[in-house]
Amino acid sequence: MAKTPLTFTLNDAETALFVDPGANLLDVLRRGAGDLTPKQGCAQGACGSCTVLIDGEPHLSCLTLAETVQGRRIETVAALAHGPDLHPLQTAFMEGFAAQCGFCTSGMLIAAKALLDRTPNPSRDEVIEAISGNLCRCTGYEPIVDAILVASTRMQGRSS
Amino acid sequence: MTTVEFRKDLFADERDDTLKEIGKPTIRQDILGHVTGRTKYYDDHLFDGLLHMRAVRAPHHHARIRSIDTSQAERMPGVRRVVTAKDVPNNLNTLLSLINFGKDDEPFCAHDKVRFLGETVAWVIADTEALARDAVAHVRVDYEVLPHVLDPEEALKPGAPVVNEVYPNNTYDYHETYDHQKVRFGDVNAAFARADHIVEGEYQMSPIEQAPIETCGAIAAPEQNDRYVCHTNTQALFFSLGTASKLLNIPSSRLHFIGGTVGGGFGGKVDSIVEPTALLGAILTGRPVKFAWDRSEEMQVGAPRGAERWRIRDGVMADGTIIAREFTGFFDSGAYIRLSSYAIIKGAGHLPGPYAIPNVAANIYCCITNRTPATAMRGFGITAVDFAIECHMDKGAEKVGMDPIEFRILNAYRDGDMKVHRRKAKNTALIECCQVAAGKAGWALSPEALAQSSTTGGGVGERGLIPETVTDQEGRIGERRAGRTPDTAPARNGSGRVPAGHAVAAIGAAPVQNPDMEIEIERIGHRIAASQGAPAQGTGQMPAPQSAAPPRPPAPVPAAPQAYVPPAPPQAYVPPVAQRPAPQPPQPPQRPADPAPYTPYAPPTQEPASGQQSDPYSPDKPFSRGVNRPGTSRFLSGTRRR
Repeated sequence: MAKTPLTFTLNDAETALFVDPGANLLDVLRRGAGDLTPKQGCAQGACGSCTVLIDGEPHLSCLTLAETVQGRRIETVAALAHGPDLHPLQTAFMEGFAAQCGFCTSGMLIAAKALLDRTPNPSRDEVIEAISGNLCRCTGYEPIVDAILVASTRMQGRSS
Repeated sequence: MTTVEFRKDLFADERDDTLKEIGKPTIRQDILGHVTGRTKYYDDHLFDGLLHMRAVRAPHHHARIRSIDTSQAERMPGVRRVVTAKDVPNNLNTLLSLINFGKDDEPFCAHDKVRFLGETVAWVIADTEALARDAVAHVRVDYEVLPHVLDPEEALKPGAPVVNEVYPNNTYDYHETYDHQKVRFGDVNAAFARADHIVEGEYQMSPIEQAPIETCGAIAAPEQNDRYVCHTNTQALFFSLGTASKLLNIPSSRLHFIGGTVGGGFGGKVDSIVEPTALLGAILTGRPVKFAWDRSEEMQVGAPRGAERWRIRDGVMADGTIIAREFTGFFDSGAYIRLSSYAIIKGAGHLPGPYAIPNVAANIYCCITNRTPATAMRGFGITAVDFAIECHMDKGAEKVGMDPIEFRILNAYRDGDMKVHRRKAKNTALIECCQVAAGKAGWALSPEALAQSSTTGGGVGERGLIPETVTDQEGRIGERRAGRTPDTAPARNGSGRVPAGHAVAAIGAAPVQNPDMEIEIERIGHRIAASQGAPAQGTGQMPAPQSAAPPRPPAPVPAAPQAYVPPAPPQAYVPPVAQRPAPQPPQPPQRPADPAPYTPYAPPTQEPASGQQSDPYSPDKPFSRGVNRPGTSRFLSGTRRR
C-alpha cells in the first residue's frame, strides 16, 4: 500500500515524512520524526502521556490519525525550553517535586502549557480540569497542581 | 507546598544531628530529564530494523494443550519467526531458583498445559506490531479445557483441581513438612480460655494491579562484540540478568543490560519476563527485537499484588490488654509460586504487628490457584496483613469500650520486649507516632496515654522473655488434600511444648539475637563495631545464654593496599549450544608489578565442551534434584553453594 506524504510544523521546524495510511500521530512523531518526548502509556487515549499540542490545542496523539495533521503546527515538550533556559512550568515542576518516574510529565506539561496559554491566571479547579485527562501513578497529583499554579504566578509577574 | 516538621525532641538522646541532606530541599537528580523530555526510557532508543514480538495467550483459566499449529502464522506477511517452548533453552522460569528457594514449577512458555488466563503459549516476531498481532490471531491452539479454581480456600479443599503438578496440594511445601508456614509463641488456647473478650474478624484484599503508566517492556539487540544489549525498564536489573542468563543458557558476560529508568514500577517490574523474551527474539532472528506488554496485558498477565484473606482472633482482657492473637492467612499466589513463598515468610516475621502480645499463633498458606501469578507491590507480604491488623485493633477497642488510639498505645511494643520471632524490639516508636498523630488531628488523649513512651516499660519481667510455647504437627503436606485436616486455623490442641527461653531445637527457630544483627554482619564480612553494652534487662528471670548462638570471630584485619596486578585472562569459553569460533579475549594493559607478593584471582574452571555435558534442566527434570546434590542450583554463587 502506498505511503502518504505528510508535511507539518514540529516545534517551529518544517517536517516532511511518508506515513503508512492509518498510522497514528504518536508513532509518526516518535519513529518517523524522531521526537521521543510524547510517550505511549496505553495506546487507548486513557492515560494522556501522549498529549501534544496541535495548533495550540491539546490532543491525544495515540488516537490522532497522522494524516489529519497535514499543514498544522505541532508542539511537544521539546518546544518548551528556549535554548538552555527552561520554561517556568519546567522550573516549577523541578522545584516542586512534580515528577517522580517522569513518564506522565511530558503530557502534564503540554496540558499545563495549553491551559496557561489561554488562561494565564487559572483557579485551582481550572488546573485540575486541565490535567484531568492525564494520569499519574506516582505523585498523587497535588505537587503537579501546585507547580502549575506557581508557574502561572511567576509568568504573570514577568509580563507585568 | 509540603513542609517537613522535625520532632527532634523525641528520642533526643539517640539522635545524631550531623544530617547533611535530610530536611533540606534538593532537586531530584533525574527531574531535569523528565521536564525536558530527555530522560531515556527503554523505548526511547532507536534501532535500525526493529522487529516486534507479541505473545499468543491462553484464553482459558486451565487447559491442557493438545496441539499448537503455527503454520498459517509463519506464512503471514512480515512474520520473521514463530517461537514456541522448544525454542527456550531452559524452559524454567523459577525466579527464586537463583537463591535456591523452592522448586522449578513454572515454564517460561507453556507446552503441555496452561494454568492461568493469558499464559504464554507461543510468540510471533514480525516487522511491525500490527503484523505481529495479525499473525498471533492465526496461531491455532487446540485446548482441552479443565476445571479451574480461583479462590485460595477453595483450592485447599480435597476435591479442588490440581493446578500445578509440582505442588499437587495447591499449597507451597514449607520446610518440606507442612503445607503452610507456622508461627507459634506461647499458648494461645490457654490464653483464649482466660480472656474476658474474644474478638474475631475476617479481612480480605483482591489482587491489586500496580498499573504503572509505562507498561513492562524491553528491547534486545545483538551487539558488535558477540554480546546482546537489552534495554529494559525492570526494577531488578541484576535479577533480570541472572534470569535471562539461566533461561537462555547464555553466560551473563555476554549480556549487556541497560536499565535503571523505570516509568513507574511499584513492584510490577520485578518478575523479569520481558527481558528474556526480547533476548530470545534477538538471538533467534539476529535483529533488534522489542517485546512490550500493551495495557490489557499489563492488567491481565502482569503479575499483581496477590489476593489475601486473613482471619484474626484476639483474646482481650477487660482493661484492654491483648493477651492472645491468632491468625489464619491465605495468600493467593496464582498459578505459580514466583516470589509468594518468600512473601509469606516476610509476613510471618511481621506478626502480630507492632504490639506486645504474649501468645501468638499463625497458620499462613501460600495457595496455588488459576489466577495470574502474584508478585510484589509496595510493602510486599505486609500490606494486607497490616490492613487486617489495624482494622482488628479498632474492633478490639470497640469491644472493650476503649479509645482506639489509647488501645494501641496500651498494647504497643516497647524497647526490650521479646517479639514473636524471638528478637528483642529495638527503636520502637509506635507510641510516639500515636501521640503525635492524635495531637495533629486534635484527638484528645488521656494523661496516662500521653505519658507513655517507647523507651520505658519494655522488656520488664515476662515481656522480655521467650515463653513456653505449645507446638503442633497439624497440616503436614498432603493431609489436607486427603481430607485428614479440614481446619485451616492453628490447632486447638497442641502436641508438643518448647520450654521457656528456648528457641532452637524443637521447632528449628533461629537463636536469640544478642546483640542485634551481628550474625548477619559476620556473614557478609563487614567490620564489627565495638558492642554498645548489654541491652536493658528486666528484674525477672534471665534466659540462659544460648549455646547455639555462634561466638563472634575477631574482626578481620584489613590488608595493606596492594598495587593492582591484573589476573591472567580466562580461557576462551566454548558455548555448548551453537557451533561458533571461540572469541579471543582482549589482552589487558601491562602494569608494573608490585614488589609485595599478590595471589591472583583463580579463574573459574572451564565448562565441558559441547556434546559431553548432559543437560539436567529439561522440563522433565526439576531443578530440585540439583546437579551435584539435591537442592543445589548450579546458578548459585559464592558462599550459598555450601
